[in-house]
Amino acid sequence: MAIPHVLAHGHKDNVAVVVVEGVTKGMKLLGVVTADDSTFEVEAKADVPIGHKVALKDLRKDDTAIKYGEDIGRFVADVEKGGHVHVHNLKTKRW
Amino acid sequence: MASKYSNLTFKGYRRDNGRVGVRNHVIILPVDDISNAACEAVASNIKGTLALPHSYGRLQFGADLDLHFRTMIGTGSNPNVAAVIVIGIEPGWTKRIVDGIAETGKPVTGFSIEKNGDLKTIMDASRKAQEYVQYATELQREECSISDIWVSTKCGESDTTTGLGSCPTVGNMYDKLLPEGIYGIFGETSEITGAEHIAKARAINPEVGERWYKMWKAYLDDVIEANKVDDLSESQPTKGNIEGGLTTIEEKALGNLEKIGRTSKYIDILEPAEPPKSGKGLYFMDSSSAAAECVTLMAAGGYVVHTFPTGQGNIVGNPIVPVIKITANPRTLRTMSEHIDVDVTGILRRDMTIDQAGDALIDMIVRTANGRLTAAEALGHREFVMTKLYRSA
Repeated sequence: MAIPHVLAHGHKDNVAVVVVEGVTKGMKLLGVVTADDSTFEVEAKADVPIGHKVALKDLRKDDTAIKYGEDIGRFVADVEKGGHVHVHNLKTKRW
Repeated sequence: MASKYSNLTFKGYRRDNGRVGVRNHVIILPVDDISNAACEAVASNIKGTLALPHSYGRLQFGADLDLHFRTMIGTGSNPNVAAVIVIGIEPGWTKRIVDGIAETGKPVTGFSIEKNGDLKTIMDASRKAQEYVQYATELQREECSISDIWVSTKCGESDTTTGLGSCPTVGNMYDKLLPEGIYGIFGETSEITGAEHIAKARAINPEVGERWYKMWKAYLDDVIEANKVDDLSESQPTKGNIEGGLTTIEEKALGNLEKIGRTSKYIDILEPAEPPKSGKGLYFMDSSSAAAECVTLMAAGGYVVHTFPTGQGNIVGNPIVPVIKITANPRTLRTMSEHIDVDVTGILRRDMTIDQAGDALIDMIVRTANGRLTAAEALGHREFVMTKLYRSA
């Protein structure tokens, strides 16, 4: 298998983690779902550092971010598929 | 049922109380902050001893004082410690700690400074420390079963790679070794927030799960809700977590909980620094998520090897317990390789399975138990940090 650029934990997840250095805007990213090693593709819409997340579909403000098949917070801004998901557009529902 | 892990052995130090240590330290333990100087002088005089300076021990009371004594006595009682010198400003609390450690059967002597002064105390304690280090250096390692080992875990400077790689590696290790009869422990109370429904369900039965939930909720209500001034951004998750791509506490908690694997269930809940009392198995310790505090508490609970997944590269160590660092982050491996014991970056490349990573960690636990210094030990990381519950009187 080619080395993936992004990993998602499960099929319900709407975000995936960049796991290589040097992901830049416009790159076609190879993705793997770790639950079953199935693959997908997503185009990066921004430069995204290793460890940071990209959206796997177009998401709207107040949507819930899903990772590990679980609720990890609330989007506070729209983000398009392939866009950078982080503290500027995703917040905790706790505390 | 026998598995391929049942016959694993290591060479450890079997103590009088039956517990097995993987290190053989002679420690010089201050009862209180003002006795640090005498302890450090003794450790400087007598080679092969180790002073454990800390910041507390005066005018504490109630549950906070109980925790202080539990941490002191637990640290001295840890099987990685062969013998102990205790030094305090006055004889009363010094004796209380000496008596607690003496229950293990190991050599321990207390010295107090009032009516003696630092210099006489240092001389008397140094003579005893020399005797202890010569006793300890003649002790021999003997073959022990893997079931004699107590393995703790806590992750640090986590990022999204810890939830994908290094935490599931620890979880796989527990799924394989807990059935062999080891003791395990996890904690980090605040850092389960967002995954509390999963943690509660991983108790051995609903009664234990209910007690776990009450403990978690009490910290949330009494400490976080009572003291917070914002959404804890930059504290939990930390600035380093956020740099590494973690965005919310929920995301961090779900990654954290990967450390207990797929099948392991916890059998009881422990107070900070409390030793397990319900037999072999996995425990939860009510503890801070700050690395040095948490590892210190687990060491005081009697755990002898610590497994520490890191993403961005937490460099913490402990004076008496080897801390094994595991990372799946290729940038951290490239830039901070001297801090890493187990490389599981292959999980992200999909050329290493979680099962293989778990086996690599088990191999490193055995090698570490046999005497290999961890990265943190070789680099001199000896963070000994007491947990304090509230202001002293």
